[in-house]
Amino acid sequence: MAEAILEVRDLVKHYPLTQGILFKKQVGAVKAVDGVSFDLVAGETLGIVGESGCGKSTVAKMLVNLERPTAGQIKYKGTDITKMSGKALRSVRRNIQMVFQDPYTSLNPRMTVGDIIGEPYEIHPEVAPKGDRRRKVQELLDVVGLNPEYINRYPHQFSGGQRQRIGIARGLALQPEIIVADEPVSALDVSVQAQVVNLLERLQNEFSLSYVFIAHDLSIVRHISDRVGVMYLGRIVEIGRDAEIYDHPTHPYTQALLSAVPVPDPSAREHRERIILSGDVPSPANIPSGCRFRTRCWKAQERCTLEVPELAVPAVFQLLEGPAHHPSACHFAEEKRVVPSE
Amino acid sequence: MLLEVRDLQVEFKTRDGIAKAVNGVTYSVAAGETLAVLGESGSGKSVTAQAVMGILDMPPGRITGGEIVFQGQDLLKLKEDERRKIRGSGMAMIFQDALSSLNPVLSVGAQLGEMYSVHRGMSRADAKAKAVELMDRVRIPAAKERVGQYPHQFSGGMRQRIMIAMAMALEPALIIADEPTTALDVTVQAQVMDLLAELQREMNMGLILITHDLGVVADVADRIAVMYAGRIVEEAPVHEIYKAPAHPYTRGLLDSIPRLDQKGQELYAIKGLPPNLMHIPSGCAFHPRCPMAQDVCRTDVPPLANVSEGRRSACHFWKECLNG
Amino acid sequence: MPEPDFDEGAAISATGAGGVGQGAIAPTGTGAAMDLAISEGATLERTPGGPEGTGPAGKPRSLWGDAWRDLRRNPVFIVSGLIILFLVVISLWPSLIASGNPLKCDLSKAQLGSRPGHPFGYDGQGCDVYTRTVYGARTSVTVGVCTTLGVALFGSVLGGLAGFFGGGWDALLSRITDIFFGIPVVLGGLVFLSVVTSTTVWPVIGFMVLLGWPQIARIARGSVITAKQNDYVQAARALGATNSRMLLRHIAPNAVAPVIVVATIALGTYISLEATLSYLGVGLKPPSVSWGIDISAASQYIRNAPHMLLWPAGALAVTVLAFIMLGDAVRDALDPKLR
Repeated sequence: MAEAILEVRDLVKHYPLTQGILFKKQVGAVKAVDGVSFDLVAGETLGIVGESGCGKSTVAKMLVNLERPTAGQIKYKGTDITKMSGKALRSVRRNIQMVFQDPYTSLNPRMTVGDIIGEPYEIHPEVAPKGDRRRKVQELLDVVGLNPEYINRYPHQFSGGQRQRIGIARGLALQPEIIVADEPVSALDVSVQAQVVNLLERLQNEFSLSYVFIAHDLSIVRHISDRVGVMYLGRIVEIGRDAEIYDHPTHPYTQALLSAVPVPDPSAREHRERIILSGDVPSPANIPSGCRFRTRCWKAQERCTLEVPELAVPAVFQLLEGPAHHPSACHFAEEKRVVPSE
Repeated sequence: MLLEVRDLQVEFKTRDGIAKAVNGVTYSVAAGETLAVLGESGSGKSVTAQAVMGILDMPPGRITGGEIVFQGQDLLKLKEDERRKIRGSGMAMIFQDALSSLNPVLSVGAQLGEMYSVHRGMSRADAKAKAVELMDRVRIPAAKERVGQYPHQFSGGMRQRIMIAMAMALEPALIIADEPTTALDVTVQAQVMDLLAELQREMNMGLILITHDLGVVADVADRIAVMYAGRIVEEAPVHEIYKAPAHPYTRGLLDSIPRLDQKGQELYAIKGLPPNLMHIPSGCAFHPRCPMAQDVCRTDVPPLANVSEGRRSACHFWKECLNG
Repeated sequence: MPEPDFDEGAAISATGAGGVGQGAIAPTGTGAAMDLAISEGATLERTPGGPEGTGPAGKPRSLWGDAWRDLRRNPVFIVSGLIILFLVVISLWPSLIASGNPLKCDLSKAQLGSRPGHPFGYDGQGCDVYTRTVYGARTSVTVGVCTTLGVALFGSVLGGLAGFFGGGWDALLSRITDIFFGIPVVLGGLVFLSVVTSTTVWPVIGFMVLLGWPQIARIARGSVITAKQNDYVQAARALGATNSRMLLRHIAPNAVAPVIVVATIALGTYISLEATLSYLGVGLKPPSVSWGIDISAASQYIRNAPHMLLWPAGALAVTVLAFIMLGDAVRDALDPKLR
């Protein structure tokens, strides 16, 4: 395995819940992210999937330093960036950029496209000398498939897909090594989604980028990712190569999630097994003891209430070679194929 | 037929001109049938539904032509108070955003009970009992205890169940569900969709399912109508359309979604953008994005031609498309 | 999943008629959903050439440019704008239309009605009502404009900073604004201004700024908080932008619209407040020329000589109305919900 460009260790983000106006007293915490670890290898795409409230967006924000972790480390090329500030932080930020979900709120409506894409150069003047910037911005527009003549236009003159291209161009401006994309296509129309996904893949090859690709759409994540981590209530419950997760899931949550995805094939309707989970995701302010998935799990036993399952290759698969051999945080992990293959 | 929409035309007056949202839509739904209306932003799928329900904002909207025949009478010829009677008891709608569709200051029991006290003139106690019954029916656990709670105390999935309960309350003959599960998580989506399909079967209702998700359609629909730029471009039984689409737009959509069960190479992407409703391209509205477009596509609007029994396509070259 | 949809845009406008009044002008972000309705269609290229061909050349339009284009077409704006323009001109150069001296009075002509050369008649002191009404505009416009500038400056800076930084300062500011909101304006004026002996407009302006800024501060705070939550601010932060860059370049331009609207509407009310205070005898004092003073003096003779009241009161009403109409027109132009 190649060298990890980003090492995330035991990342935790708790938002305190307080009472009282003047004398604040902490009465609890929303455990948005509660111990997440993973590596990102240079040049790969790591997909992170999960339902709303699982903490995937909070992880994204911590990776680009928009949120400070409560605990844990994010090592970029060996140095922890979570406690950085000032100049050091700015230079790290150059290398880790973000693409946002909503192309309508992520571009300042009062700025022209040229100003938006050129802003990174104003903040980091060392990247491009002043006289060079306009040309650079136009190059970027061209790279993301927009007409370079649009440099003086305003965001509201563009469609959703085009705005997302502008957002991507801004993310590319500083020639980062890592791009964290938080649901970059979920706000777009189906036919435009494919264009943007293809663009992201093309750019990855062209600029040898590493992606952390966060989404709730499992099909798109599979399409773009080399490895996939599945999050539930602030933790990664299963992580592995895309085929390992999609074709050989061992965690019951992953299995339920995959089986619930509607497949665009009406003939699969009858013979497809669906695991319909009961109930809703518990509140992150009140996480169940032991395994946090146990309240919705059909396999739950007493052990699950008492013991937190670690994210590691389950004992049953430890001696096994093959695709089931990947980390899964379940006491009773077993392989179950839920995605019908052609 | 339970509902027949014939040549419906709707336009919107906007600051920048007239937007032609619906340009001659014709579809029908029978009792017990699920028709999926599939389309992207601006395809007119929701506007058509709003016109059917009679909840279109007028102005800026305006129905410029067509008929909406429900149980034998043309709704567009009815007076507003006659239409109001049909809403709720004859047809009901489920919206995407359950939280904003429910009144935050009334308990869900009160809102469900209102359906009975207003439309059926029931007493408060009876209406409340009915509300509990409804909540049981959509499988909200501990309905009796939760009937007095407010919408924000329920999760997204539960709220959508309440919306379904409300729509079902007066046992309408037709339900229009506008992206009912889009705002929900995958695992909850499946629960809600199953519930909806089950209730529909039980009560033999017609269901119009408006969605952009080809997966959801494949799971529940009997027939599918694909809309583009305010027109139906293809209509077919669900199995046939997935097997062999007869319109290049449908084909493009099917090809452009990534698959869960395989890791493809580059995705097929329909080039270009959905059209501007203020300047819909001449001829076939899809021609600027169509890989099969010929000269005739730029000049002549393709009619919705019969492909086979129950199957229609608005493409000059549907035969070629059907054969791949 | 927010799906940009023409259809939804239409649906939202059905229910989105919520907040009317000061809060109704949401900074642009909130209106984005509406925005889609049109912009999703009104995009740049429709050329068959490829995903991104060269579209028809259209002028780049900024939101301010759009607002201005809207304003020019709005008859309310044109009418109120002309009235205000006229007011500004006569307050700068009253002698353009009034040749007399507002302080030159002839008691023998007291309360006389309309005469040739003196169309509005004379007041209780025998001064020419026409001249005094014209000169009164200067006071009103000065008070209105200066108070608004002061209020907008203090209010938006304090409110904006509180909204941006949040925390303790924000809580403190909120309590302070609460206190100021609790002060009855007229009572405060009676107490505060009765000890002032100056006959200039400045104590009145100072007092009104003191009591007026919390209103703007609240608006500014709210709209900064809304603007702050937009992803483009996060994007700037992720790029390593400093606080001042985020505030000045990203937040302020997007948060300023509601402040402008509320300030414009408030300008009218400041003018009427000045008249009220002057009427009560604690605002401006003679020999200042003010509509409030004239209304106060005329009110004793309302049965015998109603013209003395009619003209200054009418001028006041038209002026206040003009500013409120202007504020309304500006709100319509800047309110993204209508887009």
